[in-house]
Order: sequence, then structure tokens, then C-alpha cells
Amino acid sequence: MLANYGYKDGSGEFFITIDTDRCNGCGDCVPACPAGAFEVAEEDPNDPLREEPVALIGEAQRKKLKYACAQCKPASSRPPLPCVEACKAGAIAHSW
Amino acid sequence: MITAGIDIGSKTVKIVALKDAKEIVGQVMILAGTDVKESISKAWAELEKTAGVKPGDLAAIVATGAGKGDAVNARRTVTEVSADAKGANFLNPEVRTVIDVGAEEGRAIRIDAAGKVVDFAINEKCAAGAGAFTEAMARALEVEIKELGPLSLKSTQEVAMNAQCAVFAESELVTLVHAKTPKPDMARAVHNAISDRIVSMVRRVGMEEKVMLIGGVANNVGFLDSLQRDLNTTVIVPEDSESVSALGAAVLAAEEA
Amino acid sequence: MAEEFWRWTESRWHDPDIDWKKGQVVSAGVDVGSVSSQAVVMVDGRLYCYSNTRTGSNSPDSAVKAMGMALEGTDLTIDDLPYTVGTGYGRVNVPFGQRAITEIACHGRGANFMYGPSIRTVLDMGGQDCKAIHVDEKGKVTNFLMNDKCAAGTGRGMEVFADLLGVSINDVGELSLKVEEEPEPVSSTCVVFAKSEASGLLRAGWPKEKVLAAYSSAMAHRVAGLLERIGVEPDFGITGGIAKNVGVVTRLEKEIGIKSLQSKYDSQIAGALGAALFAEALIKKGAKK
Repeated sequence: MLANYGYKDGSGEFFITIDTDRCNGCGDCVPACPAGAFEVAEEDPNDPLREEPVALIGEAQRKKLKYACAQCKPASSRPPLPCVEACKAGAIAHSW
Repeated sequence: MITAGIDIGSKTVKIVALKDAKEIVGQVMILAGTDVKESISKAWAELEKTAGVKPGDLAAIVATGAGKGDAVNARRTVTEVSADAKGANFLNPEVRTVIDVGAEEGRAIRIDAAGKVVDFAINEKCAAGAGAFTEAMARALEVEIKELGPLSLKSTQEVAMNAQCAVFAESELVTLVHAKTPKPDMARAVHNAISDRIVSMVRRVGMEEKVMLIGGVANNVGFLDSLQRDLNTTVIVPEDSESVSALGAAVLAAEEA
Repeated sequence: MAEEFWRWTESRWHDPDIDWKKGQVVSAGVDVGSVSSQAVVMVDGRLYCYSNTRTGSNSPDSAVKAMGMALEGTDLTIDDLPYTVGTGYGRVNVPFGQRAITEIACHGRGANFMYGPSIRTVLDMGGQDCKAIHVDEKGKVTNFLMNDKCAAGTGRGMEVFADLLGVSINDVGELSLKVEEEPEPVSSTCVVFAKSEASGLLRAGWPKEKVLAAYSSAMAHRVAGLLERIGVEPDFGITGGIAKNVGVVTRLEKEIGIKSLQSKYDSQIAGALGAALFAEALIKKGAKK
């Protein structure tokens, strides 16, 4: 399942996609994110029948992703993103 | 030699007249209203009345702001970001970070010692990132916008505001009112919310001392308080903070005249 | 007191031909949203009764009110319900509920019931959010996106306009279609700025229907953009309150080039329906109050 967390408002589209088919709930993304945007849930809230834990974007940052990710996405450059680098399963993607 | 900068914003029109690129000899600000062209004429008329300066007396006129395309007697236009940078630098050459929060747009700009733009980030097209947010919240709280700041300074406890949208925040305020939350605490929550968003933008360009805050929302003491706490530093707010962009445009006009 | 243009009509319904006491499995679902709340009761996989109500200032009370209204006219009481699943914004606060499941999963299941197993793309336009969901033939979610950060494209956005123009929310859809020529859409996505823009249009002499057309067009365009992020695969179905806004729906269908399926069920009960279906599945697996 492709879980797209984030929003679109007047200033743009800001989504982080977690591919839950690839995610095994390892939790490496959690400490990698300086904004603490990631969490691991024992039960996937959007897939009650899933048996493995799963990573998701927590409530604290979900509606502020443009701002949460700001520190890793400076205005004038695009260094590799810590969360994407940390995920060995390649389950994380950013839309901007 | 007198030059002028005109900043045609979404809420107000400002003109600053500058003599020999050194001395401010005239300054006006009027509400933009519904007819922009009429407001521009009114602004020039006001400048003539108060400072005796007419467009014909000027060596150069530069326009900036959302409505800069409507400035018929400006020789050229410049971006708001470059005007902000020059204006801040003119007022205080030690400033390296400029935060401009206007009615419809919020900007964070890093500048060098000459007032040139090094990097910038803009919050645009979303009311939650600009003065439109505090205005909407003031209406929802039934408080005059100029009272919102002082009211928030009387707050005794921090209350969270989760909504990131001006429309949803209004609904959230209604819920807080039902829960009998004291008004000062709600006012403070409003300022913390918008400050949070502005500070994230500042982090995108990186904060370097000294920091200056300009634009209409700079007059809001509650916002200034939240901002200073979030940035953990003292922020300079010049007098006539709304006119700094027009001033910058006047400086740019002098550089080329 | 000023007329409340944003207030839409609450409703309830039950099937007089079903005797719940003769049923094997009775299951219930409640969807407590920030703007509206719905309750659904199913008997052996058939829809028995439902309600569609306005959420008050208190989530738990709204859940009780919704279920009470759904059960009106039947001899079933809240205490008789064997198992209830809550969903929506207020899902963890349903006083008579046993489990909370998110709206994404519930809307997927609910749409599968409402539209049939051919449904693959569900668009839910709710009071304070907008969801795009892909489901398989069983109603299981394979891709989803939810925007609940920004009022544009949500019921609240349309309520702001209904209020501005002094037109009842029940009528905005039809009225927006009464234009001879489709105007340019409102240029601002942001509801606050779009409202200022609309005020300017009104001052310039635009009639209400033209302003509504311009805003509905902008809303349809925005929602189409959200849908495009996950793609539109037929069959397509719309749920939520805005599904009843013919002005937005027509424009949206035109933009994405595909029509929504029609359902005989109220578009706003998809979440509660899905919750009741999950409750049924859980009861069959042995779950008890």
C-alpha cells in the first residue's frame, strides 16, 4: 500500500510516501529525521489486517511537512535526505 | 537628487522619498482599497501634500510589491525580496537576516554587508503563513487587530493550536472558546502558531545575526514575543516597519540614477 | 439572528422490512467527523439503519446523538449493539464503541459496499478533509492520500462561500450551474484569499451564480490535482458531503474525463458503513463487547 502523508495548499504539494509493502517496521527512519516526523506503529492504522509493524508520519508533523522538512531542504541546494538514506528497504519518497 | 520607492502591497500602498540616497524626506502609507490605481494616485497626492515632493521632481522611481505592475510612473520594478534586503541594510548595515511578514506573504531573507540577497524563502498563497492569519483570528476572537498583540502578552498558560490553516484554526478557536479558554491564552496560541511557520522558513535560509523584522505584522508585539522566543534571540524592529520595502526600492532607484 | 447558510439538513433512515432480532450478526459503525457525524447499523451484511447529523462541540455527545438518531423508529437500542467500531476524527471518543479504525480503511470498505466490487478509485470530499483512495475488489486500500491541512477542496471551504453569498449550502451546487458561460476559475487556492477575490467580483457586479461557478471550478481543479497524484482508475466513486454538490461534481468529472458511479446510499455514510463492515468481520472472528 502506498501511504501518502502530507498536504497540498496554496504554496504547493508536500507529500512523503511510505510504501508499506516494502516497509518492515525496522524503525531506522525514526532517529534519522531531525524533526521527528517518523513513528513506528505496531498496528498499521490504515490497514487493520496487516500483521507487521509499519512506519508512518506522526500527527505532530503530518500537517506541517513543508516546515518539518525545511531543515533538510535548504532554499538553494538539495543534499541527500537522511530519512531516504536510512531506509534500506527504499520505502520512503518525497514529492518535493 | 531625490528618488522614490513605491511598494504596492495587497493591503497598503507605501511611498518613501529619499534625498541623495541618505535622507528620508517623505513617507506615506495609505490603504490599498478596492481600486489600486486610485490608491496609487492618492498616495502620490499625499506625498506632495506632506513633503512637497511630486513625481516630476524625482530622478528615478522604482516600484515593488504585489501590485508593482500597476505603477505607471515607475521606471522599473524590483522584487520584494531585493527591496526588503536593501531597505533593511540601509537602516542597519549589521543586519544579516530579514524577516518580512506582510498581509499575504511571509519572507525570510539572508543578506550580505552590502544588502544583496544571499538566499531567501517565501510563504506565499497560503493565509496561514502571513498577516491574513492573525487578522482572521482577531476577527474570530472579536478583538481589534491592534489589540491582539497586547492581549496575548497577558497570557498565563500555553495552549496548543494544531490547525495549520486559517479556516480550520477559526473552527479550532470556536472549540477552545466552548472549553472556556481565556482569551489571552488563545491570542498567544495564535501568535505561537504563525511564529512557528515563519521560523521554519528562517531555518531554510539559516539565521545569522543581526535579525530584523519588517512588514505590517512587525507591529504586533505578541508575534514579536513568540518570534524572539522561537529564534532565541533579540529581533530588531524598525520604526515604520511597513515602509522598509519602499525605502529599499528608493535606495535601488538612487543606485541607478 | 442571522440565517445560518452553512447549515445543511440532517437525515435518518431505516429499512422497515428487516427484523434485527432475527439476524445472525448485528454490527454498528460510527463516523465522527469535525463537521458531520454518521451512524450505521447492519444486520447480516445488509444496511438496517443510518443517520447523518451535524457534529456538535463535543465528540462523544455527537457520537451518541448520531447513533440515537439512526435507531429512532426502530426497537433497537444502543445497549443492544453487540459491537461498534468508531472512525473519523472523534473515533477514540465513542462512548459505546469497542474499537477505532481510521477513516482511510473504513472509506475503502464502505465505498466497496456502496458502489460494488468494481470500484477502484474513491474520492471522499468531507467537511474538513479530502481523501483519494485506491481499493482492490475487496475494498482493501492499496494507495491513499489525505489532505486535512488545507481548507481548499473541503466542505468548510464551500461553507465559507455559502455564507459569503448568503446562499444555503443545500443550493450552492445547482445555483453554480445556472451560468450561460463558464467563467474563469477563482485564481487563489487558499479559501481566505479566494474569499477576498470573490468579494471583489461581487463588487464588480458579478451575480452569485457566476461567483459560485468560478469557485466550484477552482475547487474541482484542485481536487482533480490531488486525485492525479495517485491516478484515477475506473471505476470511480465520490463519497462525502460534497458528492451532493452537483456543481463541483460535474466540473470534476469533466476535468478528469470519467464519471462517478451512482449509489442508492447517502454519500456521507461511507465511513460509518465501512466501520460497521469491519465490526461485522471482527464479530465473526469472535470479538465481543
